[in-house]
Formats: sequence, structure tokens, C-alpha cells
Amino acid sequence: MTMVRPTPAGPTSAGPAPIGPTPIGPPLARRSLLATALGLLAAPAIVRAQGDAPIRIGEINSYTAIPSFTLPYRNGWQLAVDQVNAAGGVLGRKIEVISRDDAGKPQDAIRLAGELLNEQKVDLLAGAYLSNIGLALSDYALQNKALFVAGEPLTDALVWEKGNRYTYRLRPSTYMQAAMLVEDAAKLNAKRWVTVAPNYEYGQSAVKWFKLLLALKQPDVRFVAEQWPALGKIDAGATVAALAQEKPDAILNVTFGPDLTNFVRQGNTRGLFEGRGVVSILTGEPEYLEPLGDETPDGWIVTGYPVTSVTDPANRAFITAYQARFNELPKMGSVVGAGLIRAIVAGIKQSGSVATEKMADGFANAGFDTPFGKASWRGIDHQGTLGTYVGRTALRDGKGVMVDWRYIDGADALPSDAEVRKLRPA
Amino acid sequence: MNVLLIQSLTGLATASSLFLLAAGLTVIFGVTRVVNFAHGSLFMLGAYGGWTILSALPRTPVWFAAGIVLTGLAVAAIGGLIEVMLLRRIYHAPELLQLLATFGVVLVLQDLTLMIWGPNDLSLSRPPWLRGFATIGGSRMPLYDLWLTAIGPAVLLVLWLLFTRTRWGTLVRAATQDREMVAALGVSQHWLFTSVFALGAFLAGAGGALTLPDASANLQIDLTSIVDAFVVVVVGGLGSLGGAFLASLLIGLLQAFGILLLPQATLALTFVIMAIVLILRPNGLLGRPQADVRQEAETVSLIGPAEPIVRRLGLAVLLAAIVAPLAVGPFLLSVLTEMLIAALFAASLHAIMGPGGMPSFGQAAWFGIGAYAAAFAVKSLALPIGAGLLAGTCAAGLIAVIVGAFLVRLSGVYLAMLTLAFAQIVWAIAFQAVDLTGGDNGILGVWPPAWAASPAAFYWLTLALCVMAILLLRHILQTPFGYGLRAARDSAQRAAAIGLNGPALRLMALALSGAAAGLAGALTAFSKGSVFPTYISIGRSVDALIMVLLGGIQTMSGPIVGALVYTGLFDALLLVTDLWRLVLGLVIIVLVLAFPLGIAGTVQRLSRQGQRA
Repeated sequence: MTMVRPTPAGPTSAGPAPIGPTPIGPPLARRSLLATALGLLAAPAIVRAQGDAPIRIGEINSYTAIPSFTLPYRNGWQLAVDQVNAAGGVLGRKIEVISRDDAGKPQDAIRLAGELLNEQKVDLLAGAYLSNIGLALSDYALQNKALFVAGEPLTDALVWEKGNRYTYRLRPSTYMQAAMLVEDAAKLNAKRWVTVAPNYEYGQSAVKWFKLLLALKQPDVRFVAEQWPALGKIDAGATVAALAQEKPDAILNVTFGPDLTNFVRQGNTRGLFEGRGVVSILTGEPEYLEPLGDETPDGWIVTGYPVTSVTDPANRAFITAYQARFNELPKMGSVVGAGLIRAIVAGIKQSGSVATEKMADGFANAGFDTPFGKASWRGIDHQGTLGTYVGRTALRDGKGVMVDWRYIDGADALPSDAEVRKLRPA
Repeated sequence: MNVLLIQSLTGLATASSLFLLAAGLTVIFGVTRVVNFAHGSLFMLGAYGGWTILSALPRTPVWFAAGIVLTGLAVAAIGGLIEVMLLRRIYHAPELLQLLATFGVVLVLQDLTLMIWGPNDLSLSRPPWLRGFATIGGSRMPLYDLWLTAIGPAVLLVLWLLFTRTRWGTLVRAATQDREMVAALGVSQHWLFTSVFALGAFLAGAGGALTLPDASANLQIDLTSIVDAFVVVVVGGLGSLGGAFLASLLIGLLQAFGILLLPQATLALTFVIMAIVLILRPNGLLGRPQADVRQEAETVSLIGPAEPIVRRLGLAVLLAAIVAPLAVGPFLLSVLTEMLIAALFAASLHAIMGPGGMPSFGQAAWFGIGAYAAAFAVKSLALPIGAGLLAGTCAAGLIAVIVGAFLVRLSGVYLAMLTLAFAQIVWAIAFQAVDLTGGDNGILGVWPPAWAASPAAFYWLTLALCVMAILLLRHILQTPFGYGLRAARDSAQRAAAIGLNGPALRLMALALSGAAAGLAGALTAFSKGSVFPTYISIGRSVDALIMVLLGGIQTMSGPIVGALVYTGLFDALLLVTDLWRLVLGLVIIVLVLAFPLGIAGTVQRLSRQGQRA
């Protein structure tokens, strides 16, 4: 079958290339029908054969839909890319990121993944913020035998229930965030708990794991009420009143962003938090803490990033470089962006190649430096061991900060290997 | 008892906020008949502008009030500008085209707000007097919320006085009843409409600023608030201020008590309320039946068989589409596949909206049901792809008939909003029935089998199915059934007099439309390999609406042209610029001004004028 091709590169009737994404298996008899597709899919091999051409990372994220997280995240990965390249790149090649905005929709992310793989000839895919986009890309990666390295998506399904050979994920998952908080939560020795969480998968699994893990540590704990505000549309006054009515000893909060601001303001005015322990996931991240401003409650147990007070050299070096370039303090997104690039580079280095199958195996157990210190890719479930900080919120000079914090390694917040194997069928 | 009291007061405060949000929208609609999609954006500008203004003023109650008014005036100026520069030019365009123009404004304002105020949520620091509370029966109630409870009724009173006791108000009411007559009496409609639009924008701006003590200014406000605003306006009855107030009370209170009784119900509660109200009272709580708008004869000209030139053009495009896989790579093929599906999706909406006269803000419901049904068929029942596609088509068509039984009694924007309510309920089910649907994590691994898996094979499959479905729709709309449908749309009484059963015809059209949208959804499921609740989101429904309006509602080729232009523009802009919303919004605005009958509609009219000349 003849064809007109947009680019002159590549053999017109090639079968699957020895390296690079292999098209999923049509039988040989149909090959002629699919010659176009195969020919184009084979092209990455040609690009890659050019020795010192940059390694291309196709990056997709919700830049316009979630700018408060993704813009600092973009700064983070840009900084890391420049640092990696200044240090000579990896495998003797520079790295290059081709970035796309998915507009917050999985269906668009899938199309863009195709564009990046087929047109831009990227060597691997990376990125995502929303869990459903992370899962869509992970399934696309499995179907098309391409590597996908997720940065932010928190859903446990990404590495466990729906985990697959071609997907790695950097950030501590919902399970890990909950597990990190449970120890301090148990110390509150509170009997009656209430929960408030956004009404979608992230909120649901955070509440589920927290309940389960806390009950293991503190068998007499009782969860007496739940509130499930719609994401971005919390009716804060009514929610706070409904929680207060239960006269709880302690509260688990999973809301974040605009919902959190509304919840905290109503809770402060109505005295919901007075004399009660509050455990709150992600609230210590600058993205979510800053908008609370002088309303930041005192003494909430949170996960987050104490960017104003960390002292370890890796973190300080990152903060200094980030401030020098962007003239503002990094946020959690910046750490994820920078960590993602470094984790990918370390994986490529250990794989010794950018061939998908080599990377799918080679990333496992690769160690990397993040702004938070050393971490690695777990072989058993492809989860990164990047951890996070657990501490308490406090108000200093009219701003919210994290105090009494400690860093918890992600590896210490995961269940046993036997349990992980049960959770991850693939 | 105490809980009930606190929850009632909280509900009243919520109701007041809702009323402030919706009052401006209902005023604008009542007079100008513009479905102002940008109302939420004006509300968001109020929050951001209010943050800037209030941050600069002293933190006393008097200055706070002054800041709110100032913000309202600033947003009123912006609203006035939008009316003068954009809407004024398209009042004579077919109904709902103004919606398209204001959608362009929404996109533009999203990017402008991000550029001016940055990506971070901005919250206003509260001085002590804004943090005060009253202790009622041992529970605290924020003083500011008590103030809000009073502001709502006060605004209602002021607006009532304005409309009943001033000459301006009298003229506005007259224009609401009969625009032409008021114009004939020498009153400048332009000025009247601009002032009404500015008043609506003032209310939105002040309302947005009034949320600041309780909430941050953030970039999601526009879309979250616009839907609430529409719900209140429609439940109350379009254009009825008293109705909007009642609706706010109803929704605010039911929401406050709803989360006590059923905390999980937050996603769908307001839409369930809206659906029940509309089923019981098809014109909202206090709305009057919509007066028949005098239509221009040309805008409802009969759709006949395509003219020869259009046929030849269509055939050429089809031939090009068939051989496309020989010329383009897999990515472009995936874009073409999306365009084909979008064309079918738009055509499905057009079938009810154009010939059927039933606008829908919830077309994504059928699309999503089709996608989920297809996914269930192949994932849970392990059926082949053909059965999946059939299941998607049939499930959507069947459910459209069941829901349609409620829909066909309504008309205009009420009908559109009931479809939206239904779509949101379906969306909430997809979101919350995690065991069945996987919740927002969706259903993965819905890929086509090997024979259809290559981009080219799947493209050909899509091409064949979409073209057949579109031609079938087209054919059906030119049968006696189609003509009957249009007769019932244009003159319900005359159609009934010659024995046509309007509701039955509309129900059949809904079934067809649902099935076609279901097929589009099922194809999308296989093309993307996964199904998510975003397929049923409001954004997806709006996409369909935009495509139909952009192409031109009164031609058969309109939705196809609209789908190709909109999908192509969106896909291309997403690749080349971070500011795609700004550019897309501006392009939509320009297209609306250049093609007031839609692209295909305006081209058709121009070519016909050319032939006559």
C-alpha cells in the first residue's frame, strides 16, 4: 500500500521497530492494512538512532484547569530540566520536555498522549494532576506499551488495583498520606471522630484508609458522622453546624483549596475547632495553607511542606535555586515537578536506555534525589518512596506555617509486601 | 430544636447569597431574553475586584459597604461594555445565539482573570467585626451570615421599588412585555437594555464581593456559580424576582437540612429539587408561560434536501475522509475520529433543537449513558464491540424515552434546564455508584478488539457509523414525521388541529436524538479506552450546544460544520498556546458577530441572496 507521509523519515513498510513503542498486536496478515500506522510508530526508532539528540519527555498536566498547583509545578520541572542538562544530561544526551495542557479532561489527555507519542516521538509520558487523568494515561500507556511516570495523582488505584507494568507514580498516595497522619491522630486519644471530605474518590479513599488504620491503632475509636461536600461547592456554614451538632472529640478534614478556606472560616467563627483535635490531609502544603492567611487554625495535625523552616541541605539548595529563578518560594507542586524530572532521569540512567521495555524494568529500585532527600522507585508496585512532612499548623506574623514537623519517608508509610501483592493484581 | 434553628438560619444565609447571585441573571433574562452564560464570570470578577478594592480600603463596616458598591459599579461598567460591544449587535439573531457569545466571554474572562490576579486563591483578611458571632441557644451563628440573611430581602425590596416606582422601571417592564411597542413609542431600547444589563452586572459584582468574608476569590467561581444561578432562576420562573427569591429560600433551606439527613446527597440535591419543581410546575414557581416570540420567517425556513452544490461538496469531503488514513498519521486520525464523533453528537442535539424546537443543556446525559452502557457490555458481560455499540445506542435511546415523558411537556429554557437537571443526576450517579461505575476513577480498559484497534481501522469504523447515523437522522427529519415535528414546533395549535400529536412527535425525536448521542458516546468509550463521569459533565453538554449554535441551528449541515470547526479549533489551540481559552473565546465572539445565523446558516443566506440578485 502506498502512502503519503507528512515526514520523509522512516521505512514505509517496516514492521515493529526493535525498540520503541510496539503497536498492539494485529496479526501479520493484516499488516498491509495497517502499514501507515506501523510505519509511523516505527519512526521513533529513527529519531532515537541519532545518538546525541535530546531524550524527549512528553508531559501532560491540567495547566489551565488547576493553575494554583500546576504553574508552580511547571516552574519546578523547568528548573530541574535545566539543572540536569547543565550537569550533562543522562546517557550522554540532554533531556527535553514537551508539555501539554489537558484542560482537566481525561479524554483530551488521551488524545494529547497520542500526539506526544506519534508526532513528537517522545520517549516516555509523564505528568498528570487529577487521579482520573492519571488512570486514563496509565491505561493508555498499558495499551500502547509506552512508559508513563505520574507525578501528582494520589489515587491508590494507580499503583495497586489498576497498577500496570508501564506506570510509575512519584507522590505519596492517599493511603500513605493517611498512614502518615494516623500515628499523631492516635495520640490525640479522641474517641468520637467526625469526617469531612470532598465527595469524590480522593475524599472517599482518604476517609476509608484513615478510619481503617486508626481503628487498628486505637480499637475503641468511633466515627460518628460524615460530611461529603461537593468538590468546590461546600456549603460551609451548614457543614460546620452539622459537624458541631455531633459534639465530636476530633475531626478529620480532607477538603482543600477553596472549600478549605470556606470551611476554616465558618469553623473559626462558629468555634468548631476549639478544644478539638483536627487532623487534616495536605493542609500544610503552601498551595492550601497560604490562602488561609491569618485565619490559619492553631495545632492542626497536617501533611505538607514547611517551606519557610526546613533546614536540610537538599531542601535549602532547591529553595534557593527556585527563589533565584522565580522570585517566590516553591510550593508542593514545585517539589513534585522537580522530583518528577530527577526520578525520571535516575530511572533512565539505571535502565541504560530509553526503550520502553527496558525502562519498565529498569526504573525499579532506581534511587534519586528529591528536594526532600533521597527516594527510590519500588519494584513491587512502582510507587516512589518520596515522603512528606507531618507537623502542626500555627499562625506566625499573620501567616500560616507548619511547626513541630518531621519528614516521613514514603517507604515507612506503606503496607507490607504481602499486602501490596494482594492489592496489586497485575 | 437548637440544631433546627441554627440550620435554618444558616440556610437563610445561603439563600440570601444564592439570591444575590441569581437576581442579576433573572433581571437580564426577563428583559433582554439573553441567557447570559457570563453571569458567573461577572460574579467571579466581583470577587477578585472586591478583593483588590476591599484590601485597599480601611477595615470598617462603612468602608466595607462602600467597597462592595464600588465593586458592583466597576463590574456594572464591564457588563455595560459587553452589552454595547457584543450583545447589542446580535439581539436579532436566533434565540440562544447570545448564549454562544456570552460563552466566548466566559473563556476570555477566565484567562484575563488568571493573567491579572495570578493562579493563587485570594482571601480577604477579616477584621474582628467580620468574625463576630451571636450565641443562639448555645450555638454560635456568624454575625456576617445574619447580615447576609437581611441583605437578600433588602435587595429584593429595592429592586421591586426600582421596577414598580420609577419611570425607568415602568419602561423596562413595558419592554419586557412588548419590545416593539415600546420602541414604537419612541423609547430607546438600546439604552434600556444596556442599563438593565449593567444593573444585572452590578448585582453579580456586588454579590461576588459579598462572598469574600466567607470564601476566597478563586478561578473556579465562574463555573460553579453559573450553574447555581441558572437553577435558582429557572426554579423561580424566568424573569421573576420574587420567584428567584422563593427558589433561593427553597434551595438554601433544603440544602442545609439535606446534608444533616443525607450527607452523600450533596452532588445531586439541587438538581433533584429543580427536576421536581419543573415536573410539577413547568414554568417554575412564579414564572408565567413564555410568550411566543415573534419569529422571523427566514430563520425557520423549511429544511429541504441539500442543494446540489452542498451535495457535491459533501460528497467530496466524504471521499477525502475515506482516503484520509492513507495520507495522515495516527494522531491526526485520532483528531479526525474525534471530529466525526463530535459531528454525530452535535447532529443528535440539532435533531431536537432545530426541527424539534427543544433546546437541551444536558445532551451529555445520553452521550454518557451510551459510553457507560458500552463499557458495561464489553467489560462486565464480555460482549464484542458491536454489541457494546448497540448497547450504548439502545440504552441511551430507551432512557431518553422514559425521561422524555417528563421533558416534552416543557418548552424553551425550562425544558433545557430540566435536561440539565437530568444530566446532573446521571452524572452524580456515575460519580457516586463507585461499585458499579468506578466513580470518578472511571472504567478503564475499554479498548476495541485487535481488528479495530489500529487508528486507521477504528477511524474507518467511526466514519462508517457516524456518516450512516447522520444521514439516517437527516433522512428521518425529511419524512412526514420530521415535517410534523416542525409543524408542532412552529404552531402548536394548528398542528394539533390537523391531528398531529406534538408531545408524541417530540418524544420520538428525543429517542432518536438520545440514541444518536448514545452511539457517539459508545464510540468515544472505545476510542479513548476508558469512560469517566466527565463524559456527562456540564462542559460536555455545553460543547454540543456550542457546536450546534456555531454551525447554525436552522440548517442540516450546521451542526456538522460547527462540530468540525469547534473541535478542530480546540484541539489545535490546545497544542499551540497556553492562552487557548482567550483565543478560542475571541474566535467564538468574532464568529458570532460575523455569522449571526451560525456559519452554515449565514453562508446559506448569503448564497441565496446572491442567487436572487
